[in-house]
Amino acid sequence: MNNIIILPIIIPFIIGGILILLYKRHTMQRIISGITMLALLALSIFLAIYVHQHGTIVLEVGDWEAPFGIVIVADLLSTLMLLLSTLVGTVCLFFAFRTVSRDREKQFFYPLYLFLMIGVNGSFLTGDLFNLFVFFEVMLISSYGLIVHGGTGYQLRESFKYVIINIFASALFIVGIAWVYSITGTMNMAHMAERVSELEQTGALNIVAIILFIVFACKGALFPLYFWLPRSYFGPPAAIAALFGGLLTKVGIYAIIRTFTLIFNHDTSFTHKGLIVTIAGFTMLLGVLGAVSQFDFKRILSYHIISQVGYMVMGLGIFTPLAVAGAIYYIAHHMIVKTALFLFAGATQKITGTTDLRKMGGLIGTHPWLAWMFFITAISLAGIPPLSGFFSKFPIILAGFEEQQYVISAVALLVGLLTLFSMMKIFSYAFWGKQKHTEEQAKIPVGKLLLPILPLVALTIILGFAAEPIFTYSMEVAEEIMDPTNYIESVLKE
Amino acid sequence: MELLMSIVIGIIFSVSIYLFMSKNLLRVAVATLLLSHGVHLLLVTMSGLQRGASPILSFDAEAYTDPLPHALVLTAIVISFAVTALLLVMSYRTYKVHKTDDLEKLRGSADE
Repeated sequence: MNNIIILPIIIPFIIGGILILLYKRHTMQRIISGITMLALLALSIFLAIYVHQHGTIVLEVGDWEAPFGIVIVADLLSTLMLLLSTLVGTVCLFFAFRTVSRDREKQFFYPLYLFLMIGVNGSFLTGDLFNLFVFFEVMLISSYGLIVHGGTGYQLRESFKYVIINIFASALFIVGIAWVYSITGTMNMAHMAERVSELEQTGALNIVAIILFIVFACKGALFPLYFWLPRSYFGPPAAIAALFGGLLTKVGIYAIIRTFTLIFNHDTSFTHKGLIVTIAGFTMLLGVLGAVSQFDFKRILSYHIISQVGYMVMGLGIFTPLAVAGAIYYIAHHMIVKTALFLFAGATQKITGTTDLRKMGGLIGTHPWLAWMFFITAISLAGIPPLSGFFSKFPIILAGFEEQQYVISAVALLVGLLTLFSMMKIFSYAFWGKQKHTEEQAKIPVGKLLLPILPLVALTIILGFAAEPIFTYSMEVAEEIMDPTNYIESVLKE
Repeated sequence: MELLMSIVIGIIFSVSIYLFMSKNLLRVAVATLLLSHGVHLLLVTMSGLQRGASPILSFDAEAYTDPLPHALVLTAIVISFAVTALLLVMSYRTYKVHKTDDLEKLRGSADE
């Protein structure tokens, strides 16, 4: 039974390899990759339910015993992230069918897409720090391929910077790995957690913790390492921008949550309540100020990724079960809503041919469905009850007040207000006002484009109205990761 | 020996950071190459440079080299090789499209 948890890594690997051979036949590629993603989605739903009922599943790859070989671990957090990533991946793929041009499809678009999914799924499932690095690299190399895909001047110029910053962060990751190996003598995360708690987390181990934090912060776009994000996410087509906006930064956040709840959780007054909370505050505030200053649909959304990543890290920084549960709820909410918003940006771009808000207007008259679906998602992002945004921000801020972290909680409330402001800016510029697109553009049908986004909009409503069971689930996830003994015991079988 | 290696790694790191600061596309690409060499050396050095025997497990072995860092560094070298190849292609394409290899000119304007 426990062999099943390697399938989310193996399936896209094999299918992606086959699709390379079929690169000339784009219909075939579409059908195969579509079926693969749907199968992965079904598999991850099954895994999430199975792990919830039967507890953590551990697979020792190649039957090498736990501290020596590589382990693949599916606990509640991993399976939840897996479920969200395959959901976002499936939706973006179906959106890509409608928007990515034939020429681009033939340039190995679908194999790269599936290889990206290997990296993302692998990062969520692995229980080995060096293996995490390898899956990060698989994900990043595929993302380099996808971000320059099409090869326009803008994409090449900005992707070069994206690649350089990521190579630098990966090099730092190996530095962190080398140091943690020299101190603890193990790569297995559960074993490492045990050794770190024996050694007491001081001096050198705190430095390693901060180096790893810098690495993941760079991938997760935290202050002050977010400068690469808005420009590089602007270049690629909407389906790719949505996938990156929904997935890639969250892999960095997942790695931060995993390492700072499992391994480096002994000096919380320094790492969590000091460092992480401060960084979260700056990330939220500067991200949202960037969004307020922009007049471009995609750029506003990119800056919002930064400010919202801040909320998740704030939940981790406050480090009570309520706050961590809020952070997990927030990740779920954010991945769904942010992907939907980027796809709406793609749909409006298809109609108006631009993403500049000052050149848009009056879309609500010609495309009312698009407008209202965008409106629901936008106010959900801003945190208006009864949608999911409210119920994910509420526990984080509540926990902040309970823990007497008044400054950060006030910042979080202010950021919520500014988010509402910039979302309404998009709505009033692009959808209200005088119609600025031509009559021919007004006739462009978007029904088929909206169809893949519909499940995401429905999910944000469901996550809001069914907040009680979903929050109970996040609470279970939070309690499990706040108490790492379960993880350590299931991996090391003590 | 470890001390000497640490100094070498430090020099490689500083050279690489210096190259990162330059304006030339190719120099930045070489900087990533050097940086990856530096971290690979660090990975091998940090586990201690043992000598005496090969890392083959036997019960009567007195000196024993830790094989794991070597396995790790091989993987890391392969990855950095692939990334460097990709980066060189990308910088060449960037140079061809923009007709310049000066990163100052590749900065991009504020509103586009």
